Amino acid sequence: MTESVEASAPGRQMPLELRRSSLSRRRRITDLVAVVAIFLCVAVAAVPVALVVAYLVRQGAGVMSWEFLTADMPRQAQTLGGGIGPAVVGTIVTVGFASLLAVPLGILGAIYLVEYGKQRPVARTIRAMADIMTGVPSIMMGLFIYVSFVLVTQNLNALSASLALACLMLPLIIRTTEEMLNLVPDDLRHAGLALGARKWRTIISVVLPAAIPGITSGVLLAVARAAGETAPIYLVIGLTYRANWSLFGPNTSLPAQIFKNAQEPFPAANERAWGAALTLVAIVFIFTVVGRFLANRFSSRER
Amino acid sequence: MTIGVTRGTTARERPGPLAGPTVLELSDVSVFYGDYAAVRNVSLEIARNQITALIGPSGCGKSTILRSLNRMNDHIPGARVTGQLSFHGQDLYAPWVDPIQVRRRIGMVFQKPNPFPKSIYDNVAYGLRINGTKSGLDDLVERALRGAALWDEVKDKLRTSGLALSGGQQQRLCIARTIAVQPEIILMDEPCSALDPIATAKIEDLMYELSFDYTIVIVTHNMQQAARASHQTAFFTAEVDQRGSRHGRLVEFNDTSTIFTNPTEKRTEEYVTGRFG
Repeated sequence: MTESVEASAPGRQMPLELRRSSLSRRRRITDLVAVVAIFLCVAVAAVPVALVVAYLVRQGAGVMSWEFLTADMPRQAQTLGGGIGPAVVGTIVTVGFASLLAVPLGILGAIYLVEYGKQRPVARTIRAMADIMTGVPSIMMGLFIYVSFVLVTQNLNALSASLALACLMLPLIIRTTEEMLNLVPDDLRHAGLALGARKWRTIISVVLPAAIPGITSGVLLAVARAAGETAPIYLVIGLTYRANWSLFGPNTSLPAQIFKNAQEPFPAANERAWGAALTLVAIVFIFTVVGRFLANRFSSRER
Repeated sequence: MTIGVTRGTTARERPGPLAGPTVLELSDVSVFYGDYAAVRNVSLEIARNQITALIGPSGCGKSTILRSLNRMNDHIPGARVTGQLSFHGQDLYAPWVDPIQVRRRIGMVFQKPNPFPKSIYDNVAYGLRINGTKSGLDDLVERALRGAALWDEVKDKLRTSGLALSGGQQQRLCIARTIAVQPEIILMDEPCSALDPIATAKIEDLMYELSFDYTIVIVTHNMQQAARASHQTAFFTAEVDQRGSRHGRLVEFNDTSTIFTNPTEKRTEEYVTGRFG
């Protein structure tokens, strides 16, 4: 049927009225403007990231090589060649140990807040303080460790840097883990309890596995942040030109080296800075991808 | 006066298990949330191998009473039970009683199916594992799934997620999970309200089969279900007091056939004939 009927005829729906063109002009324009605006926002957010990564790759790829990643650093800034081996080692050691400290403490703390503390005064205080700590400038963490640990022990080492990074990571991990645990529906907890499981048992065997993907994301974000922090570790880590796998003794790390080398007037040093920057981004990226993959493997499927 | 009960195999018409002795006795039990009395002065007896239905309009305390039978109310802050609630003669709320042990003997199936986000096998084995059973799990899981009339449908996919099942299957999985630990009593809180009629019929058949081995207490909104599937029925109602707050109260407790054909209380008659509620 193709006869046209007045639009005001009640109860008669003709195919023509299903077309987009039957919407008023004003509505179609508004729709178009909204879609364009949203895409523009995405572009504004994504384009700088893409540009930064592209620039980084262009500047840093030239100096990249296995030797670069493992060789010792030259003592003189203007020396060509050498590598950032010690910085890579230092980053791995400090971030690794900081994670070892912050992740278990953070997850257990969040479990306490969600499952046991809830709205009690102690829990409320801890929650408030974790919130405040997420906003503290990272250099404060560095200063705190400097004053309380480094000055006391008279040592600059990776251990102090790890402590500073752990202070940084802990409130982040607590807050995101708490959010993820709150997302697990109470139904599941009731089901576990109704079967005669004790509370801690229910938490470990039902609640945590259900929240693991979200918790992993939160942990990875905290690790990525810690890996990139310069200020807290710069004060406390010292300096070394040779790879130091120990927590003790002076060490260095990628952000610290980037900072130092970028300030030097020598192109050799600047080159190393770019290479270090690219390395850092690559490490964090690989870490994130692997972590997400593992989280999906261990998480509850079909949810 | 009868309500429209479909002819066929109801719990009352099929040869069912003989009623055993009283396993659960409530004597003047009231449940408070803080100062608010959710349900007052309930006195009931639950007999072994019988299906007891708790019916009544919304807000009359049926689920509250059900949850108090296995101490699930403990997890609601401010919840408090007065009166005597005894299980085989022992006070369930005595200070030395461990609620975990209570829940191992009195299981619960919830309104919305809540299987764990684990495989079907792990769902059923969960209760067994936490009780320390390490060997023979395969047989026990199979027995529980058969008991819940789910084995044939899932025997080839025991390792797939429990969440991939349909609603009715998920609820039967929850039942299998509950019976795997062999409780004495199974509490069911409106187990079919989230299911379609065919799944509901399967669960009601299942309840009939289970009543031979277990004692069942079921809360239901569906009067026809209570009439079809239960041996005893307790009718609750909500009373509004002078200050306007609602309190639940037990009106009548009797054999299902009596409640639905010849109730003693007028309020019961009005409810089952549909004149209110």
